[in-house]
Amino acid sequence: MKIHEYQAKAILQKYGVITPKGIISFSVDEAVNAAKQLDGELWAVKAQIYAGGRGKGGGVKVARSLDEVRQQAGDILGMRLVTHQTVPEGQVVHRLFIEQGVKIEKEFYVGMVVDRRVQRVCLMASSEGGMDIEKVAIETPDKIYKVFIDPITGLSLQQAEDIAKKIGIPLQCMSQAVALLQGLYRAFDDTDATLLEINPLGLVAGDQVMALDAKLNFDDNALFRHPEIVALRDLDEEDPLEIEASKHELSYIPLDGNIGCLVNGAGLAMATMDIIKLYGGNPANFLDVGGGATAEKVTEAFKLMLCNPNLRAILVNIFGGIMKCDVIAQGVVAAAREVQLTVPLVVRLEGTHVDLGKKILIDSGLTIISADNMADAAQKVVNAARIH
Amino acid sequence: MSILIDRKSRVMTQGITGKTGQFHTRMCRDYANGKACFVAGVNPRKPGEDFEGIPVYATVIEAKQQTGANVSVIYVPPAFAAAAIDEAVEAELDLVICITEGIPVRDMIRTRYKMQGKKTRLIGPNCPGIITPDEIKVGIMPGYIHKKGRIGVVSRSGTLTYEAVAQLMAFGLGQSTCIGIGGDPVNGLKHLDVMQLFNNDDETDAVLMVGEIGGSDEEDCARWVKENMQKPVVGFIAGVTAPSGKRMGHAGAIISGGKGTAQEKLEVMESCGIKITRNPAEMGKLLKSVL
Repeated sequence: MKIHEYQAKAILQKYGVITPKGIISFSVDEAVNAAKQLDGELWAVKAQIYAGGRGKGGGVKVARSLDEVRQQAGDILGMRLVTHQTVPEGQVVHRLFIEQGVKIEKEFYVGMVVDRRVQRVCLMASSEGGMDIEKVAIETPDKIYKVFIDPITGLSLQQAEDIAKKIGIPLQCMSQAVALLQGLYRAFDDTDATLLEINPLGLVAGDQVMALDAKLNFDDNALFRHPEIVALRDLDEEDPLEIEASKHELSYIPLDGNIGCLVNGAGLAMATMDIIKLYGGNPANFLDVGGGATAEKVTEAFKLMLCNPNLRAILVNIFGGIMKCDVIAQGVVAAAREVQLTVPLVVRLEGTHVDLGKKILIDSGLTIISADNMADAAQKVVNAARIH
Repeated sequence: MSILIDRKSRVMTQGITGKTGQFHTRMCRDYANGKACFVAGVNPRKPGEDFEGIPVYATVIEAKQQTGANVSVIYVPPAFAAAAIDEAVEAELDLVICITEGIPVRDMIRTRYKMQGKKTRLIGPNCPGIITPDEIKVGIMPGYIHKKGRIGVVSRSGTLTYEAVAQLMAFGLGQSTCIGIGGDPVNGLKHLDVMQLFNNDDETDAVLMVGEIGGSDEEDCARWVKENMQKPVVGFIAGVTAPSGKRMGHAGAIISGGKGTAQEKLEVMESCGIKITRNPAEMGKLLKSVL
């Protein structure tokens, strides 16, 4: 799960991380009022969307007067902000974070992720702040320093100091930087985060080390113990179909093709998308109905796929293990009837009770194209999509 | 020989009193030598009870001492599953298979940390388990699709593994052992660990490895294969069409920061001498071609 910058900063502040003063606003008037409340003559007007790259897309501006705040807030609020992380048509901006402007002397990068190979949290830092860190990683990997954190003792003083020195934090800011890094890790650990990015971490006039931006993602599997984080969820930022899917415990991700696929199991679902592509088609979605799909779940899955106006055909690919093919077949028939299917449907069943399942499909009287294996299924659905 | 489990293994079920634990313990007991192999269950609140004749103990250590069980399979709900693994590791079992899906990564990091220097091996979590066909099945895979043979199978998924097995069977190729190592980012045995075991196993002639997007597990394994493997290895990676930054069902199946793509994995595997296919319908055919 993701949250906004201003929410991430509020969490980090509880761990002693210093950030510029800021106020969230939902309208132009609120933005101007926020700027009035924040002392000074310089403000940052920042679009709050989950995607990164907001600055480049025109979603972050500096204002030098209240009039400029008003103008920029008006420009940004409601705009479709396009960045390299958003969908091509962009993400509508509903929230603005107004921050007190600060004088930045130098920018650093700090990030934390779970390293899968080492199986610990990895703290990464670089002197090259404010830039696209993926680019730094490719072009000058020696400028990124890494340290792995002991899950029991946490980020040690020694580790924090060492990495702060390496990226060039000036000596007079060392104790501040160490406290900040240790605070970041405690926040990461306490909240079951999977990703934390401070880009940039700023060295600000008056020798202060500040988190100027903040990104925090959380482990969906741990949300059950963090109701306070779940409460931060902003549904405007999520795909409505993905939200609908999650209500039914379906794993659904829309893609830009026209062949819907409904599969049990994540690996097989990806392989099904791959084989559709291999045979010249284009998958319209990833959809894993999981291990315990019921007729109701299958019906919901069909409804989700049919929301896509580009849909030209559907492929159901089921390998029945625990889930029996006859149960799935009943679900498919019930769903096809309920949603009044208008596109060709190819079904490939394999595994437990496969013959019974195939018989149910034939006896249904529905025009279902039956396939014997994955290759046959892919070929048939690609053809069906082409003709339809 | 087979790897990790055989007819001599003695298994306890942690979470035997839950619906899933009961269903699958029954299915496993009914498979091949299951009746002799599945000897105990664990539930701290129900010691002294039994599940269809299988005695239930309060703790793993007690179940081990009373029955000689050396393997555990876990169906405990996600919030408590990591602690269940810890308990099995503390009791010094040989092998723990954690089926549970949805364990927080933070819990798994701590559990893996505690496992350092311990003898217990872990398969999973979020996996279908392990089967040595016609001997023993510890997990949720359909037993009847398998047959004893000389092909090793290692995979990160469930149903895609069954698909691979069915394709092998279409060519009459039985399996020595099939292992689903699970779809989570922080887990126990990796492709590499399983590959080493297959390499040393007299009853395995060739290995089919099935991977998916996310992490670099398959690449690590491929590099080891290039230097050390004595047997043919073939592979498939799911997710060539998966978009970046989206979690594809499994918690670990995600391309992040441009890393962990199927394309990258396939290229490394090929460069390490592993024959690969981009067609998931041809995994069996490919394996057959290297024998």
